[in-house]
Amino acid sequence: MSKDIKIKKGLTIKLKGEAEKTLSSAPRSRTFAIRPSDFHLITPKMVVREDGKVQAGDTIFYSKSNELIKFVSPVSGTLTKIERGAKRVIKEIIIEADPQDTFKDFGILSPDSSSAEAIKARLLESGCWPFIMQRPYAVVADTEQEPRDVFISSYSTAPLANEYNFSLNGKEKELQAAVTALSKLTKGQVHVGVGKGGNSPFKGLKDITLHNVSGPHPAGNVGTQINKISPVNKNEIVWTIAPQDLVIIGELLLTGKFNAERIIALSGSEVKTPKYYRTRIGSETATFLYDSGLKGENVRVISGDVLTGTKISPKGHLGYYSNTVTVIPEGDDYEFFGWTKPVFNKISTSRALTFSWLAPNKKYDLDTNTNGEHRAFVVTGVYEEVFPLDMYPMQMLKACMVKDLDAMEALGMYEVAPEDFALTEFVCVSKQPHQQIIRNGLDLMYKEIG
Amino acid sequence: MGLKQNLHKLKEKYKDSKMAPAFNALHTFLYTPNDTTDSGAHVRSADDLKRTMNTVILALIPCLIFGMFNAGYQHYAAIDATLRLDPLGNFFTWDNFILGAWTVLPLVIVSYAVGLGVEFIFAIIKKHEVEEGYLVTGMLVPLIVPIDIPLWMLAVAVIFGVVIGKEVFGGTGMNILNPALTIRAFLFFAYPTWMSGDKVWVHGAQAMAGQPDAISGETILGTLAANNEPVYSTWDMFWGFIPGSVGETSTFLIIIGGLFLIFTKIGSWRIMLSAVVGAIVMGLIFNGIASAGWIQESSNFYGLMSEPFWRHLIIGSAAFAIVYMATDPVTASQTNRGKWIYGFFIGFIGIMIRVFNPAYPEGFMLSILLMNVFAPTIDHYVIQGNIKKRMKRLKVKTA
Repeated sequence: MSKDIKIKKGLTIKLKGEAEKTLSSAPRSRTFAIRPSDFHLITPKMVVREDGKVQAGDTIFYSKSNELIKFVSPVSGTLTKIERGAKRVIKEIIIEADPQDTFKDFGILSPDSSSAEAIKARLLESGCWPFIMQRPYAVVADTEQEPRDVFISSYSTAPLANEYNFSLNGKEKELQAAVTALSKLTKGQVHVGVGKGGNSPFKGLKDITLHNVSGPHPAGNVGTQINKISPVNKNEIVWTIAPQDLVIIGELLLTGKFNAERIIALSGSEVKTPKYYRTRIGSETATFLYDSGLKGENVRVISGDVLTGTKISPKGHLGYYSNTVTVIPEGDDYEFFGWTKPVFNKISTSRALTFSWLAPNKKYDLDTNTNGEHRAFVVTGVYEEVFPLDMYPMQMLKACMVKDLDAMEALGMYEVAPEDFALTEFVCVSKQPHQQIIRNGLDLMYKEIG
Repeated sequence: MGLKQNLHKLKEKYKDSKMAPAFNALHTFLYTPNDTTDSGAHVRSADDLKRTMNTVILALIPCLIFGMFNAGYQHYAAIDATLRLDPLGNFFTWDNFILGAWTVLPLVIVSYAVGLGVEFIFAIIKKHEVEEGYLVTGMLVPLIVPIDIPLWMLAVAVIFGVVIGKEVFGGTGMNILNPALTIRAFLFFAYPTWMSGDKVWVHGAQAMAGQPDAISGETILGTLAANNEPVYSTWDMFWGFIPGSVGETSTFLIIIGGLFLIFTKIGSWRIMLSAVVGAIVMGLIFNGIASAGWIQESSNFYGLMSEPFWRHLIIGSAAFAIVYMATDPVTASQTNRGKWIYGFFIGFIGIMIRVFNPAYPEGFMLSILLMNVFAPTIDHYVIQGNIKKRMKRLKVKTA
């Protein structure tokens, strides 16, 4: 059974440096890092001390508020350093890798014949649980509540995003195991959104409801698809999982090993030969950055895509959830009369002496300059053009800023994640930090209501 | 290169000083800043508030230049009525332009100097950047006042408008009333003799009053309100060869500016269109009343009521107000559906006040200020519709 979802509002940002569809194996990384900041609102409680030995799949830390939620090592090696910041917050856990991986054996678990409890217990003990995110609040899923439905988006519309139809190629068996397992954890359905007309590995899988999605970004955002398929109501919980994390879950169930392999798209205008790399969660980005080569010195390396990713240093490590690394030029330079002269080399949704409307298929080389200063909200109606969710984005942002919980709830805060506001942030004339505002709003709600 | 680096050094040097906002305002005028993103989206679109405001100013420039020619033309035509026989031939002359520039430019300069001065002071006191809101207000103000308004009155009104109309609410983006119209409303209620009548619309009329060679010029609305026939042809009204506030006479150029704003997506076509519809509906109602004979020809309101509905749009400030004033995004309704309602009532009430207010026969300033006040209420009910949908969904689920 498949259904069509057509998105009209939105904006596909076309950038230079799309990853070529060839797959290379990145050299093995010497060190691996886990950043607790990747797991929003989770305070780590360390299990392994410095200089402790770990296998791939061994628990490194668990969540202080719920010790069922465990986080495991993506690699076998020695935990060499726990880097702490202000107030002794753990910023990074560094593991020096062994030359060869040894895996902790969790045992094979057939998703078809196992009970929901057994599957859930396996996901929790093996460290696969953090791959499951929940809405509301866009945090790692609560272990108590059963989700109404599970949503997976395998349609990539973000700029320079990982093309799932390529990177998931040949993983049908793992995907099937994972979606079957998830379908047992919910009374609802496992909804999978795939690009219309594409050759998705999800086509032909059982235990899922397939949706053919088309339209501009953010059609590929799972939040957009939830809103169109079945929006989240108050007191409901849905789960969202990224497709590549399903592969890890599937492999765990089929082989008993936690294999943190990732196929990442290395892209961006500053990459000499943008292409796909086989690597691991937490790897040094240098392993593939210098294999591909960078064009300039003054660059921004982003773990993730340009709209939602995290800034990392070129010598940093791949984020836990990232399946894309994007490198774009830094924009820390002044531009003479930049506010008034005609603009041909940047994207704009207006036509105020900006000419990106003339060439809708042109690919741009955008840098990290904000193209203007932070201001109060002034212009209206711009966000609505790129925001396909059935709600009022500006009013939502203002409700978050003034911490009006009633308004946030009424306007639909349970349905959104910060990434849903990435495009409104991109087009924002007042250069407001939309995703941060929404994140703060969600955190406040989580604290007060959730 | 040199200038860029020197300015950068100065910026760093004065970073935390009191004058930083003032310096940055000038600096960012020359150069877009070197700010980079650090959270959220790493790339941003090319539009910022300066560019947005600048686009509106570009749309106003033709009105300003036309206003200068018209100021001179109305003055000379009041002295020598034969000039009016061939308006087009006698309009774009150097004499007109020089006299017009001589009278209009001081208005522009005072408006900007005083308004931006207040903005700078507030930015320094409140330690925030100088925001761009006044760039458009400062251009609108000289275009919506009578030509001979004393500069000190303008300065007082600008201070009032910027402080009470905007800064007390928190500055650009926070105000409830359109600042330019707040300034005009202040002038209108504080100095009514300078804002209406037949002695204020033509340069020199006030100064020469009582002398043997006195001149006067009445607006078309004034003529109609007195139940007289206007002396100008419809085409004169459309092109703008008529007395009126400085920049609002040429419907033709205003339409061009409006189309430019719609094309650049800076001005809301929803508000403009619905305001025109609202004005037409009210105009038709009045035309109907007049032609049905429900009102005496001697009535005070007959002249304006019987004016054809379509001509209401090209006389007075209707077009200018609809294109440049009603569309101010801060004070208008912020939801798309709200904009339809908001715009419609601006047109509707604007014509209504125009007809029923013979002492001062124009209503758009008041109708926009009135709808500014109602805009949040309109938005509230539009958003309630969306909230109700969500509540209903929840009820269906739990039932």
